[in-house]
Amino acid sequence: MPENSVSADLQTGSDKMVEWTDFERDTIKDIFSRIEYDVVGPAALARCLVVYPWTQRYFGGFGNLYNAAAIKGNPMVSKHGTTIMHGLDRAVKNLDDIENTYTELSVLHSEKLHVDPDNFKLLADCVTIVVAAQLGKEFTGEVQAAFQKFLAVVVSSLGRQYH
Amino acid sequence: MLSNKEKMLIVEIWESLTPVAEEIGADALLRMFACFPGSKTYFSHLDISRGSPHLLSHGKKIVLALAEGSKDISQLIVTLTPLQIMHAYQLRIDPTNFKLLSHCMLVALSCLMRDDFTAVAHAAMDKYLSAFAAVLAEKYR
Repeated sequence: MPENSVSADLQTGSDKMVEWTDFERDTIKDIFSRIEYDVVGPAALARCLVVYPWTQRYFGGFGNLYNAAAIKGNPMVSKHGTTIMHGLDRAVKNLDDIENTYTELSVLHSEKLHVDPDNFKLLADCVTIVVAAQLGKEFTGEVQAAFQKFLAVVVSSLGRQYH
Repeated sequence: MLSNKEKMLIVEIWESLTPVAEEIGADALLRMFACFPGSKTYFSHLDISRGSPHLLSHGKKIVLALAEGSKDISQLIVTLTPLQIMHAYQLRIDPTNFKLLSHCMLVALSCLMRDDFTAVAHAAMDKYLSAFAAVLAEKYR
């Protein structure tokens, strides 16, 4: 293994492939087949805007974000939350190539939207907590680990094109 | 920064959880061990498998400390002094792990309380856990 990990990156052209166990694949696909995108998405985005209010800086055009009730009822937040879930769906359908799946989205978030990639993790944590509430006891530690691994790959891929 | 409303909400939640302190504490720990395997390194001297007496008793201790601290958040530095000393000089757990356990505690709460774990409750609890963790790490250096 070369000492200089940066040059190793450039040589292979992309990060080492993420390996998924059967349990992880099945778990991720199962979760996404069970949750309602237009429930989880809006709830997760609203939660992010409430729990981490500084994230509201990216949603200046969304109108009333004055308090938790306003955020929850805001139709633009709901619509965007659903959009985000459909974005995640693309990764679920391309588990073995999430990085390339998100190249354009990564460029968009970096160059057009100017979103600090640290925010992706905040939203991911909110998605986890909303899914946990949906699945209750079935969201075991092992299921959580698989789901968080998936989100970590998503988050990393979205941050990949920043420079 | 916690509002009075948030402080009341936090006390309410921990009061309701005190009877199931063992279960929720153990659940949060198990989640942390599953999701962040590095955290297991601090428990090599204990049996941390699901249902083990060590896990249940440890989970209970943590939840009861969180519940106790919530009763007067402004006094956290006083209430937590013995725990501060233990963590700084004896346990020396890397404080990054406090964030990991806090996250898993939030997930455990969400699984248990479901829709009752509202965004407002989540925000309040996240702030409380961050404050608790910060006080716990204060004597480290």
